[in-house]
Amino acid sequence: MNKVIKIENGTKQGVLNFLEHLITTDKISGVLTLRKINEKGICDYGFISDAKELKFADPFAPVMPINAAQTLSSLTPTTKPIAAIIKPCELRGFVERVKRVQGSMKNVLLISYTCGGVLPLNTFQGDGSEKIIADYYNAISKGETPGSIRPTCKACEYFVPMMADITIPLLGNSESESECSLIMNSEFAIQISKEFQCEIITSELDSKIIDKVLAVRISEKEKLYNKTKVTKDGLDELVNIFGKCVGCHGCSRVCPICYCVMCDFESHNFDYNIEIFETELEQKGALRLPPDTVFFQIGRLAHMSFSCVGCGQCEDVCPANIPVATIFKKVGEATAGLFDYIPGKDLEEAIPVMIFKEEEFEEIGK
Amino acid sequence: MEKEFIPRITSFVCKWCTYTGADLAGTSRLQYPTSIILLKVLCSSRIDPVFLIKSYLKGADGVLIGGCHPGDCHYETGNYHTRRRFKILTEIFSTLGLPKERLRLSWISASEGPKFAQVSNEFTDKIENLGPNNARENMFL
Repeated sequence: MNKVIKIENGTKQGVLNFLEHLITTDKISGVLTLRKINEKGICDYGFISDAKELKFADPFAPVMPINAAQTLSSLTPTTKPIAAIIKPCELRGFVERVKRVQGSMKNVLLISYTCGGVLPLNTFQGDGSEKIIADYYNAISKGETPGSIRPTCKACEYFVPMMADITIPLLGNSESESECSLIMNSEFAIQISKEFQCEIITSELDSKIIDKVLAVRISEKEKLYNKTKVTKDGLDELVNIFGKCVGCHGCSRVCPICYCVMCDFESHNFDYNIEIFETELEQKGALRLPPDTVFFQIGRLAHMSFSCVGCGQCEDVCPANIPVATIFKKVGEATAGLFDYIPGKDLEEAIPVMIFKEEEFEEIGK
Repeated sequence: MEKEFIPRITSFVCKWCTYTGADLAGTSRLQYPTSIILLKVLCSSRIDPVFLIKSYLKGADGVLIGGCHPGDCHYETGNYHTRRRFKILTEIFSTLGLPKERLRLSWISASEGPKFAQVSNEFTDKIENLGPNNARENMFL
């Protein structure tokens, strides 16, 4: 049971009131949140430091213009506290980045909510998205899975935030239009909201709704994995899937885990020069251009799959519609599963490749 | 007449143990197959899993890592990290349906010349049974 702030207002308005209080009383210097750019509802991420500008904030918009973990880690460490309203997978991505010393949890009030998934970028930002968005809110208030969300969101089991200072129940919350509750998970959250005039009760997330959604998500995951048959047919199937790849490396650019400024795969280490081309042509008689698209993906899997938070951003930005996120999620589950590791669950849990046990995998090395 | 299949096994070996072990195998006049192509690295933990992936996709029939026994690493803990990375890579291979049996990691110390020869022979036999790596001919990779 946790302390819960109750606000007699709709969830969105209640959260904005709370943030306004924090900004005007100088508790935080600003907040990272989704904002509406125009009336059509197109959204971006913005950092708001003036309470007047909060009118543009739309913190629960079902869209992920970028994975906020990237932005948030570039905003930290800060000397003054800031707040961030982000989705559970973005929060997990942020935790993974902090583990890689790409950001700091200090002075960041992390606010997250039970997530109903996000719509693909082209659905959300396109014309006529109003109806899809209305249907979306309608479905999640009943705790159902909207049909229009990203495939990886439908299959996501981690829709309850981990490591959030404040959790907001949104999924399956039929009263989200009329009232707002903020569940305080940390001492930092309780301290910072001390002066906020409101009703305080003790409560927690409704486990019935969570279990119901979880069961649906798990069965959706199985369906998704069966549909993407990459895991059965080996190299030929990989060639089929990545044969469409245009080699833009957009998937790694938008990935919250891939933080390297100079990606190994874009460095001279794997450059092709004329000698390599000639040697390969002699051997095969033909070459794919751009080369090494399968290599890039398997290599990236080896480098970061165990930390994949399954946000689906890579798949969403892929111009060739390759199911990158599904492959990464599936492989990531297998590799992280070797160490019972859940990416972004706990800041204290070390990244699997950074530690070892003396007695493990003793079948290897014979 | 069909061309005889001589496997090519890219072997990344650590300078302190396995490479010295290979040297010992040579000076002891032990026989090991020519399929083993040695690449010396300072420590087995220097081997990025990407090296193995590249070797496999470019057509190496087998990829071998040789390092010091756990606890004997010249840099104290390098080979423990190698072991984790190797496990992760084989897990990726088996999830994607790639032939993980073409990858092998063996701990061979500087004094284990006979073990080096034995591992080389065993692994070559295994690869001969598996046949050539079809990635070598794949022009769509």
